[in-house]
Amino acid sequence: MLENIRLSLKGIWSHKMRSFLTMLGIIIGIAAIIAIVSTIKGTNEQIKNNLIGSGTNTVTVQLYQNNYPADFSYSTPPEGVPTFDDSIKEKVLALDGVEQASFFHSRDYCDSLFYLNNSLSGSVYGVDSDYIASAGLQVTKGRGFSNADLTQSKNVCLIDETIADAFNGDDPIGAVLDVMGQPFTVIGVVSQKSQFEPVINSMQDYYTYNQSSNGKVYLPDQMWPVVFQYDEPQSVLIRAASTDDMTQAGKQTADLLNGYLTNVTMDGEEVQYQSKDLADEASQLQQLSSSTNTMLIGIASISLLVGGIGVMNIMLVSVTERTREIGLKKALGARRRTILGQFLTEAAMLSSIGGLLGTIAGIILARVISMIAAVPVAISTPAILVAVVFSMVVGIIFGLVPSVKAANLNPIDALRYE
Amino acid sequence: MILDLQNINKSYGEGKLEVPVLFDISLQVEAGEYVAIMGPSGSGKSTLMNIIGCLDVPTSGTYILNGENIAGKTDAELSALRNRTIGFVFQNFNLLPRESALDNVALPMLYAGIHRRERIERARKALERVGLGDRIHFKPTQLSGGQKQRVAIARAMVMKPSLLLADEPTGALDTASGEQVMELFRQLNEEGVTIVMITHEQEIANHAHRQLLIRDGRLSDHKGGAPV
Repeated sequence: MLENIRLSLKGIWSHKMRSFLTMLGIIIGIAAIIAIVSTIKGTNEQIKNNLIGSGTNTVTVQLYQNNYPADFSYSTPPEGVPTFDDSIKEKVLALDGVEQASFFHSRDYCDSLFYLNNSLSGSVYGVDSDYIASAGLQVTKGRGFSNADLTQSKNVCLIDETIADAFNGDDPIGAVLDVMGQPFTVIGVVSQKSQFEPVINSMQDYYTYNQSSNGKVYLPDQMWPVVFQYDEPQSVLIRAASTDDMTQAGKQTADLLNGYLTNVTMDGEEVQYQSKDLADEASQLQQLSSSTNTMLIGIASISLLVGGIGVMNIMLVSVTERTREIGLKKALGARRRTILGQFLTEAAMLSSIGGLLGTIAGIILARVISMIAAVPVAISTPAILVAVVFSMVVGIIFGLVPSVKAANLNPIDALRYE
Repeated sequence: MILDLQNINKSYGEGKLEVPVLFDISLQVEAGEYVAIMGPSGSGKSTLMNIIGCLDVPTSGTYILNGENIAGKTDAELSALRNRTIGFVFQNFNLLPRESALDNVALPMLYAGIHRRERIERARKALERVGLGDRIHFKPTQLSGGQKQRVAIARAMVMKPSLLLADEPTGALDTASGEQVMELFRQLNEEGVTIVMITHEQEIANHAHRQLLIRDGRLSDHKGGAPV
C-alpha cells in the first residue's frame, strides 16, 4: 500500500501540469463547498452568539389566540383562567431547566402613556418582586420596588432607558408618568444587565433581536386592575438554566399552565398558553439559511462530478500509456488485484490531493467572502474531513473503470503493445 | 524435469477465423539445461515462449512446469508461479523508466510480499552480481543498452527462479554487450539455472547446449550451422 502511494505520487509528480489540470475540477468543487459550508456555519454561529450574548435565557409563556398573543386592549378577558399564586410558581420552578420564574401582566402597546403633554409609545408591565431579576434587568438610576411599593398599591413605576430618553434631559426620577389616566411616579431606571449588541445582517435578524426597542414601563402588579381590567390572565417569564434549555423549559411551563385551563375561549376562539423564545426562532432562521445553501452545495457538487470525470479520463489515458508497464508487472508476478490497487490508489491520490488543495482554496475563498461581503465565516473541521474523504471516494469511483481496464489487460498483448 | 510440454496446440481466434499457430509441440527440458529455440519471425516462437512463461495458455495439450500442471490455475496462482519460478528477460529490456535500477530489480520482490529492507538488500546484491554495483541509483535512461539488459537479468534472477526465459536477449545490443550477456547466462547456467532462450542468431544459439528449431509452428531438433 505504501509502495502504491509512493509510486502514484511519483507518477502524479512526473506529469505536474497534467495532474494539476485533472485536479482542477475537484479543487473548484471542494473549494466551493468549503466556502459555502463555512459561510453557513459562520451565520449559524452568529445567530447562536446573538442568543447567548443577549444573555438572559428568558422565555415568555403567554396566552395565545389563533397563533397570536392574546391582546386584552379591546377585548374582555376570557373566563376560566385562574390567578396563578405562589403554589403554582413553585411547580413552575420545579420544572427541568427553569431557574427563575415570575408571573406578570402586560400590554405590548399601551395607547395612553404620557409624560407632560408628550405621548410616549411603549409597553406596560405589571410585575412582582422577582420580575426584575428574572428578566436580567438591573436598576441603574434611582431605586427598585420596595416591598411596600408592591404590597401597598403605591403609584410608583420603573422605566427603561428608552422611556428615560423621552424625558429630553429632564431627570426622570420623581417625574410623573400618566398611564391610562393614572399618575405614576418614576422611582428608578432599569436596563439590561448585559449590554450586548446583536450583529444584524438582515431584516430577519432585525425583527428577531430588536423586539426590545420599544420603551417599557413597569408597575407594581397590584396596580394592574386599577389601571387596566380585573381578571386579566397572567403571563409568566421564566429564566432557563442555559440557552439549550430555553425551548424545553418554555414548552413544559406552557403545558403545566394549560393544565389549569378548561376550554377557555376569547371572542369564540380557544386560547392556550404557548412559549415563545429566541432559540426557537433562531433555529427557524438557521434552517432557512441552510436550506438555501443546501441548494448551493448541490450546484457545487456538479463541479465535483465534472472533476471526477476528468480523473477518469486522465486515468484512461494513463492506462493506455502504461500498457507495456502493466504487461511487464504482470509477467513479474503482479496479480490482477495488485494492478487494480495501483491504479485505484493513483486515482484516489490524484483526487485527494485535489481535495486538499481545494480545501486550502476554499478556506482562502471563505476569508475573502467574509472580508468583501461582511458575512461571518467559521471554518468547519468536520466539513474539511468530509470534503477530503469525499474527493477520495470520487477518485475511487471514477478510477474504477480505468483500473479494471488495466487489471484485465492480457499480459502478452500488453507486453507487445508499442 | 522442469519443463514438460505434451502435444501443445495453440490457435488464435474462433470458428472460421481460427488461426493455428502451434502444432502438436512436445518439449522436455531437464533442470540445469541451456536450450536455444531458433526460428524466423512468424514461426510461433514468441507464442511458445508465452506459453512456457505462463503468460498464455495452450488451446490443447498438457503443460507441466516444475511438476505442476498449469491447466485450470487462477490468475493469482499463475502470477505467483511467474513470480517465483520464472525469470523473464526481454529484447527491449522492459525496465520502468522512472524507477532507479535498484527499484526495478526490487519490483518482483514487492509482489512476493518481501519486506522493503530485504528487497533493497537483495536487489543491491543482485546488481553487484551483474557488475552494476556502482550504478544502483541510475535511471534506465542513464544506462547503456548492455547495462540495461544486465539490470533486467538482475531483476529476472532476484527471486532465484529455477527457469530463466529470455526472448531475443541480445537483439537490441551490440556484439560486445551481447557477449557480456552471454557470459552472464553461462555463469548462471553453471550455477544450476535452467535457461530457455529464443533467438534468431546462430552465434548466440551456439552458446546453448541444445538447439531447437521452430518453423511454421512445428518444433524440431536443430544441430546448428544450418541457415535459419
